[in-house]
Formats: sequence, structure tokens, C-alpha cells
Amino acid sequence: MQSRAQAMQALFDILGDQSVIICNGFPSREAQKIKDRDGNFYMIGSMGVAASIGLGLALAQPDRQVVVFDGDGNVLMGMGTLATVGALRPKNLTHVVFDNEVYGTTGNQPSYSRVVRLDQVAKAAGYATVERVWEREDIMYEFKHMLANDGPHFLLIKVNEQIEDADRVALDPADMTKRFRAAVEQT
Amino acid sequence: MAVIDSDDFVKALQDMGFDFFTGVPDTILGGIIEVLSDRRLYTPSVREDEAVAMAAGAFLGGKIPVVLMQNSGLGNALNVLMSLHLIYRIPCLLIISWRGFEGKDAPEHLVMGQTMPQLMDTIRIPHRTLAAETLAEDLRWTAQTFMDQRIPVALFLKKGVVKAIQP
Repeated sequence: MQSRAQAMQALFDILGDQSVIICNGFPSREAQKIKDRDGNFYMIGSMGVAASIGLGLALAQPDRQVVVFDGDGNVLMGMGTLATVGALRPKNLTHVVFDNEVYGTTGNQPSYSRVVRLDQVAKAAGYATVERVWEREDIMYEFKHMLANDGPHFLLIKVNEQIEDADRVALDPADMTKRFRAAVEQT
Repeated sequence: MAVIDSDDFVKALQDMGFDFFTGVPDTILGGIIEVLSDRRLYTPSVREDEAVAMAAGAFLGGKIPVVLMQNSGLGNALNVLMSLHLIYRIPCLLIISWRGFEGKDAPEHLVMGQTMPQLMDTIRIPHRTLAAETLAEDLRWTAQTFMDQRIPVALFLKKGVVKAIQP
């Protein structure tokens, strides 16, 4: 099984100028380390709403591809948003969930994703494409396919519990907002 | 007491530049949401924390967002307002119906109805209570505060101030 950082690296290898909203905790820290880019929005708080932010951006910018890097604990916390996405069906939203089945940032307490199939919840909610993958080749194949087709897409990547040694998000939050908005305006 | 027409109110918000509307309904907000929905301007949310986060995403995408909610939903939205909007300097207009005003409402609304202004003072979200007589000034204040501080700004809406669907 891949680590989240390895899976994230595979996705960044494919990404171009898409906007990426990254959930709080280690996912944002790892993304900053692996591929810091102006189109990354690192969350440091507000757990559970990464997909909501991505949805708002996707609705505001219908011609822009929006990708959300989410976690299982985050999705479980904001599970109602799967319904909102499924109902509104934004074509330009790809919702990636790195599922390590634990609350990794706080000490690997188990999450319910080991017994509740989040991909099936997303499918029932009405996402256009839903895939569950483990291996690098499958991650890359499905992600490319999703970016090339109308969404909303849900890519559940099963990852191990390994956490990358990654620093806290360096940018001041207000500067993060400015940098991201400027990137949206320019691309 | 003068009543603000929902249509006029929505038009005033649009004239100010607000162009993204989401929220969770309340009877007091019914008239406004009906007008917004008729004009295809309204995107329903399922929870108030989702609504304010969607508004934040819309702002990142260049929109000027409004979130409508009952004050009970303010509790749901608090963490996102505090750990996203306030620290990232992401503004939005919160139109919050004031259930439980002066203790005249169902029991579940009384605590929030009594403490909402102090709660907003505590987390430092600027707020004002909308009235027909002061509408123009209220909206001027809203625009000014929104632009100057770049954080959420709240307008409280008591029953009967804006025309609702049900009287």
C-alpha cells in the first residue's frame, strides 16, 4: 500500500494549472513539501469543509477544474456535503480522498472508514464517477481519466498510516488567500 | 412598522455586488430565499458550516458571497468562521434570522436568541440589526465594513422586517 505522500506525488505529477484545496492537518503539510504551488490552498483549521470550499470555488468558476485533497476523517465530519455535491453535480470538481482509516494528525485513532464504504456513500449521493484504488498505476490512470471527463468525481485512495516528516504550513493564512486568489485570476 | 419588500432587498444586495447566495432556510428568510431561487441565484446548503465554507470557496473564485441562516445554525458555523474566514481574511455577508428575540419564541431558540449579539462581539464579527427605516444606512455600513476588514459581517433579521412568504 502507498503512503499518502506517495499517492499525492503521483497526483501532482499529473496536475497542471488546476486549483487544489487541501484539507487541514498533515495532508496540507505534505502537499506543501511535495509540490508547493500558487494554485494550492492549504487549510490549517475548519476540519470537515474542504469539499465545501472546493464546491464553492467550482460553482464560482465553472470553467476551472477544481480538485479537493481530502481525508477520511474530514469526509466523515462533513458527510452532508457529499449530498450537496451529488445534487448540484458540478462537472469541474474532482474529490480525492486519501483514506488511511485513522485520525493520523492526532495520533492514529481509528476512523469509521474501515467499516463504512465512503466510495459507496459518494456513489449513492450521485457523484458521476466513483473509484476506489490502492496502486500507483491505478491512481494515475483513474485521476487522468477523471480530469479528462465531466464530474463530479470521487477518487478514494486507500493509503497506509505513514506520515511524511513535513513542516507546518509556512504562509500566513491571509497571505494564502491573496496568493490563491491571484493564481485563480491569472490562470 | 414598515416592511422591506424581499424583491427590493435582493435587488439592493445585487446592486452592492453580491453575486453568490447560499444558506439554510428559516421562515423569517423565506421571502428572500424565494426571490433568490426565482432568479436562480440561490444554491441551497445542508448545514451552516458547509454554507459558510462554500461562500469562502466562492470568494476565492472571485465572487462576493452571502450566507443566509437561522441563528441556531450560527452554532454550526462557528468553527469555520473562526478557523477559516477570520484568520484567512475571507469576507462574506451573513444574514441571520433572529429567532428567540426578547424571549418570544419556542424554547430551543431562547438561549441563542438572548446571547447572539454578545457571541458575535466575543468572536469579533461586526454586526447590525436590519430595519426598514435604516435600510440604506445599514447596507452602507455593511459594504464599508466588508471592504475595510475583509472578514464576515452579520446583519440580524428580526421577524417581520423583510416580507416573508408566511405572515
